[in-house]
Amino acid sequence: MKKVAMFIPCFVDQLMPQVGMDMARVLRRIGYELEFPEEQTCCGQPGFNSGYWQDARPLAERFLRVFRDAEVVVCPSGSCTTMVRNFYPELLAGTPLQQEAAGLSRRVFEFSEFLVKQAKVIDLGAAFPHRVAYHDACHALRELHLKQEPRELLRRVRGIDLVEMPYSEECCGFGGTFATKFSMISSAMGDNKIRNAETSTAQYLTSTDPSCLMHIDGILRRRNSPVRTIYLAGILAQTDASTAASPHEKKGEVSL
Amino acid sequence: MSSPAQEFLRGAAIKSADQKHRQIVRRGIDHYESAVERNRARFSSWEAARQRAYEIKWEGVNHLDKYLLEFEARVKERGGHVFWAESSEQARQYIIDVAARAGVRTVVKSKSMVTEEIHLTSALEEKGIQVFETDLGEFIVQLRNEPPYHIMTPAMHLSRTDIADLFREKFGEIESDDPQELVAAARRALRKAFFSAEMGISGANFLVADSGMIALTTNEGNGRLGTSLPRIHVAVAGIEKVIPRTEDLALLWPTIAQAAVGQSIACYNTLLGGPRAANEVDGPEEFHVVLLDNGRSELLANAEQRDVLHCIRCGACLNACPVFRTVGGHTYGTTYPGPIGSVLTPNLRGGGQFQHLPFASSLCGACTDVCPVKIDLHHHLLHNRRDIVDSATRPAGERLGFQLWRWMMMSALRFALLGSAGRAALRLLYAIGLERSMLDPLRPWTKVHAAPAIPAKSFRTLWREQRGAL
Repeated sequence: MKKVAMFIPCFVDQLMPQVGMDMARVLRRIGYELEFPEEQTCCGQPGFNSGYWQDARPLAERFLRVFRDAEVVVCPSGSCTTMVRNFYPELLAGTPLQQEAAGLSRRVFEFSEFLVKQAKVIDLGAAFPHRVAYHDACHALRELHLKQEPRELLRRVRGIDLVEMPYSEECCGFGGTFATKFSMISSAMGDNKIRNAETSTAQYLTSTDPSCLMHIDGILRRRNSPVRTIYLAGILAQTDASTAASPHEKKGEVSL
Repeated sequence: MSSPAQEFLRGAAIKSADQKHRQIVRRGIDHYESAVERNRARFSSWEAARQRAYEIKWEGVNHLDKYLLEFEARVKERGGHVFWAESSEQARQYIIDVAARAGVRTVVKSKSMVTEEIHLTSALEEKGIQVFETDLGEFIVQLRNEPPYHIMTPAMHLSRTDIADLFREKFGEIESDDPQELVAAARRALRKAFFSAEMGISGANFLVADSGMIALTTNEGNGRLGTSLPRIHVAVAGIEKVIPRTEDLALLWPTIAQAAVGQSIACYNTLLGGPRAANEVDGPEEFHVVLLDNGRSELLANAEQRDVLHCIRCGACLNACPVFRTVGGHTYGTTYPGPIGSVLTPNLRGGGQFQHLPFASSLCGACTDVCPVKIDLHHHLLHNRRDIVDSATRPAGERLGFQLWRWMMMSALRFALLGSAGRAALRLLYAIGLERSMLDPLRPWTKVHAAPAIPAKSFRTLWREQRGAL
């Protein structure tokens, strides 16, 4: 059986565990043997992005040790994947671990990217009879160049009504510590995002990045918006069987 | 007086809440962006054009010693003057001296960010010289006594009604907010200035080394009028503006017009190379070029950020930036706002007064995507942040916070235990309704967000319990 090591971002571990569990369900359903290296903590991105490279570097070195033996690493976040793939080589440049960072950079994948490009499975047998809009998270879009991959996966979901929202590529305003240091700018950007989500008439907003969704969700609920957020794997984990009891779904309406 | 960082926070809070401002700017930028989108198809490959533009600018910036001297020699051959200014002060003084010698009373300026950088207008006005901005947008913000809001579209923040009200106040006799009528009013005011000015001041979009010409791009023709009618023409340019060859303009002219406003090429593209020659009927009697360093050499010495000097000041990164669109150009308090300004300003202006700017970004990368000369803008923000932290100017509390974070994350056991304890405490606090109170440790977050539902169990716990039965 093919093996995958799960890289669960620290905030997912502590605040959004369902994100990790849903990813695990989907990967296992398509036949992967999963491993969760329990020594993992944080990839170091918060420090790195805030300029504290000296504090982030030992965490990057630690991360490399923890995932040293993993053939393939899959992560439910485009942002944390970017940290390991794009920024570790820069953070560890000129250190003994430079080569190892370059090696891991080629073995780490964002979840939707892994499904489409590595596993080459786009129909996961999921069902989600709701109107959904996809938010292009910045790191997934501009650092990992993932635009169609998550949409391809969503298009194969039974019963889904996938809509595009205006300005889907515009940043939601999260940006890590930016959201607290410059909360007035961040929340104004978040307001734009939720207005665009509402314009699209989507019931759910989904994305590759649970951190964006946590930010958007906090603003949506603060504004009493009817739109909800759900991480990509949360949709893909739901099958016909698991949604059969849903009152919203009428048999026969489900189409491919 | 409060610091630029405090001013920024205050301005950002006001502008973020100003829906009208955000709507005007959004409408303006949408207008440009749809033109940029439409016109991109005229390039057989926009990506190839960006790559080539990058290479041309790279060649110029990395061989300043050769190309600037070549440029200087050509200008002098035609009887022009070239002045090398190390600082803003030197540049201003040179221009004031030229003006004083010729008894200049009136100056017409065409749009130029570098003259904003050296605060030229106020310096001339202090000497009793009247200065007229002749670009329509600049003319409008000058009437309002404001700096330009945007490096390409200085009056982007104003609606047609705002401008009509302003003109009515200044000129009277404005009957409607019809753009035709407004432009006619500005033209009447500016014609007088054009004919009375003894000196025209311009910037330069490019300094062409092989021909010793400055390349000037405008959409209103004011650049041509202002550099050919007055007796003296002074062009001010940063040293990084030099490009090797005249033929490079075949790519750079369409590229700057596309990146800036989605035009195939700007309306007026002019090459100017010296004073009026004996066999010519028009042009200035004196031609001066001021080459400004003002910190650029230091940036050149920084291999990591040298590509910032590629900037052609098209303003595309401002339009693309969601922070710029939210807080607006004036909030930055800098000559160059938006992403390029947040990268440039901490480098060009010493004293650490603008170190907050690299942090005022979500690092979304939209700026880097649109830059026509491929400046790695959002990664430079990261580099600036690193350099600022290394220079030990961040608050002690923040430094301690990151040390604690590192200490916690260096052990999976500490992380798991402290995580569990933290979640238990938050669940209790939120259960008794203390969300967003002074006791809420997530207050910086819950100030603007509804509190997240705090799970009872972490992923690592759930995984241990359920891994067999997924």
